Amino acid sequence: MSTLIRHGKVADDHWQWIEGDVPRVVERLEAGEHLVLPLAVWSAHRARLDPLRASVWLGPDDVPETLLPWLAGIPLVAIHFPVFTDGRGYSVAHLLRRRHGYTGELRAVGDVLVDQLALMAQCGIDSFRLRADQPPAAALAALAGGLRSPWPGSVVP
Amino acid sequence: MYRYKQADQRLVEDRVAQFRDQMTRFLDGRLGEDEFRPLRLQNGLYVQRHAPMLRVAIPYGTLAAYQLRKLADIARRFDRGYGHFTTRSNIQFNWVRLEEAPDILAELATVQMHAIQTSGNCIRNITTDPFAGVAADELFDPRPYCEIVRQWSTLAPEFLFLPRKFKIAFAGGAEDRAAVRFHDIGALARVADDGRIGFEIFVSGGLGRTPMVGRSMRDFLPREELLNYFEAILRVYNRHGRRDNKYKARIKILVKDLTLEGFTREVEDEWAWTRGGPGCISDATFREMEAFFARHDYAPAAADDPGYRAALAGSRAFARWVERNVLAHREPGYAVVTLSLKKTGVPPGDATAEQMDGVAELAERFSAGEIRVSHEQNLVLPHVARRDLPALWEGARALGMATPNIGLLTDLVCCPGGDFCSLANARSIPVAAAIQQRFDDLDYLFDLGPLELNMSGCVNACGHHHIGHIGILGVDKNNEEWYQVTLGGREGSQAALGRVIGPSFAAGQIPDVIAHLLEVYVGVRHQGEPFIDALERVGLDAFKARVYGGAA
Repeated sequence: MSTLIRHGKVADDHWQWIEGDVPRVVERLEAGEHLVLPLAVWSAHRARLDPLRASVWLGPDDVPETLLPWLAGIPLVAIHFPVFTDGRGYSVAHLLRRRHGYTGELRAVGDVLVDQLALMAQCGIDSFRLRADQPPAAALAALAGGLRSPWPGSVVP
Repeated sequence: MYRYKQADQRLVEDRVAQFRDQMTRFLDGRLGEDEFRPLRLQNGLYVQRHAPMLRVAIPYGTLAAYQLRKLADIARRFDRGYGHFTTRSNIQFNWVRLEEAPDILAELATVQMHAIQTSGNCIRNITTDPFAGVAADELFDPRPYCEIVRQWSTLAPEFLFLPRKFKIAFAGGAEDRAAVRFHDIGALARVADDGRIGFEIFVSGGLGRTPMVGRSMRDFLPREELLNYFEAILRVYNRHGRRDNKYKARIKILVKDLTLEGFTREVEDEWAWTRGGPGCISDATFREMEAFFARHDYAPAAADDPGYRAALAGSRAFARWVERNVLAHREPGYAVVTLSLKKTGVPPGDATAEQMDGVAELAERFSAGEIRVSHEQNLVLPHVARRDLPALWEGARALGMATPNIGLLTDLVCCPGGDFCSLANARSIPVAAAIQQRFDDLDYLFDLGPLELNMSGCVNACGHHHIGHIGILGVDKNNEEWYQVTLGGREGSQAALGRVIGPSFAAGQIPDVIAHLLEVYVGVRHQGEPFIDALERVGLDAFKARVYGGAA
């Protein structure tokens, strides 16, 4: 079971991760489930989705700017790291948080490892679905004690 | 020189603790090999043919004497008593023990050094002209800008997992001694007509498997926009560079796929978001950085010192050394001295711990305690009073570092090759030694004049063979070492890639091949015409015909 860390604490997660184009998305949402949908599914059903129950995840190839018109109303945007060496998610996070002012929960999912958490946090990610084998205590310590670039201009709030 | 602030010092110390923890977790099995690999590479640690190799950063090639002493100490205690200065002005220790790497990093941190981002798919050590700040022909000193970019790129969180490595170089004037056209980003100093300071920006240069001369993507970038613009380039590359094939992952391939115009448009669109914004570098920052590097403490020294003049007249060996290894300094009465790491029989770029200590002492006596590392793998003392040159020469001779061959054939550039490197297809050091032995006659070398020979043991091109006037590349054919020869490469404002002259040679043939090439040159040259100019004038055919006897 993988741990969720949100705002510096281990947290419960009421969001269900939806991988592909699953059936009955709208019905499940209406039944009260909270789903994190792939961008394509989210886009296809957007007009009929309750924004409080339907959130979206972005893969490294997805264009985050697609979300801009609706960004303020989305409670959670997840960024998928298929392997930890794929650094595109850092730019996606930076763009959503710093450039487009997203204030909701920005979550890293996928190959999320202890040794990269501080970097993700510096790019504006504030919740982390750890890979199943990652120890939560080490993750909390890594987030509390991350190293930073010495350049004052790159220190994020 | 830049002096660390509290934040810089804390960072290198915290980095040691972080890496020690990562190493412990790797050794006890909690951290897998695949997960550890990028972490160790971002701390300069490679796993090599015989032993791990640790590459230590020398930011823009500048070292203080006390730092060089520490490198000597590390060579003695953790290696086999020597180190190898690289073509990107770093130093490599080829015989370290994996589990001792954190201890070495801890030693480095005591002298404000580290191995951060000397490898891995991230922004690497920033390089520049070894004569920065002292060259008479410089528009302005590029080092304050190198330092700004060093700080910005160190642990820049968005750019530590790029598609591939990323190299940035700065040059301070029209004469490009930093090979800016062979870097992912090259910045060449420019002063606009209205006096504004900035840079011409080159992109997508590089050697390696797919060599390319960098292309100018912007004539003039005002200096305050440097980081905004670099960030735009890096972000476009990070998002769109290829990740499916590591041989096509460098930014040069992205620029080729998008075309220069298409790539530039993407970057300028990205830059439009940040241009003029809070990422601009303030005038106060420039002044603060410039103050670290400005020198106003030159004691008056006569340009025409009688002792120096007497030594020139009295010793042909000294005069020769001055001719090749001493360069005009922008202060009259001072000189810039290159200490050769290219003595015959010694692997190019290697220095022993005794030599490092010796150079540190010479730097303290004669060069305000400062040393530079050149990308041609020599050491430079940048602030030497002319009257001190005879004593410095004696000191350099005692260390075996006064070979008067800077810029000549035997000042060849060479990677560690198959003797050390697990990537290499062929050895390079024995071939370099054979060339140096064959062409050891100083009269002949001086007569040949400026000639750059570069050799790499594989297509990764750490020896920069593509930009040698004569380039040699080790290749593997059916598990045998062969050597391909290129002609006509050059760096600087007329940057060009060498062209292959024909089928490759066995190691033993290489000195003869070089001899034949030189014969042709000596036959066709005009009075005072350097090798590369003669080659460009007459073309490759005469050289090929002599080497292959018409068979190619």
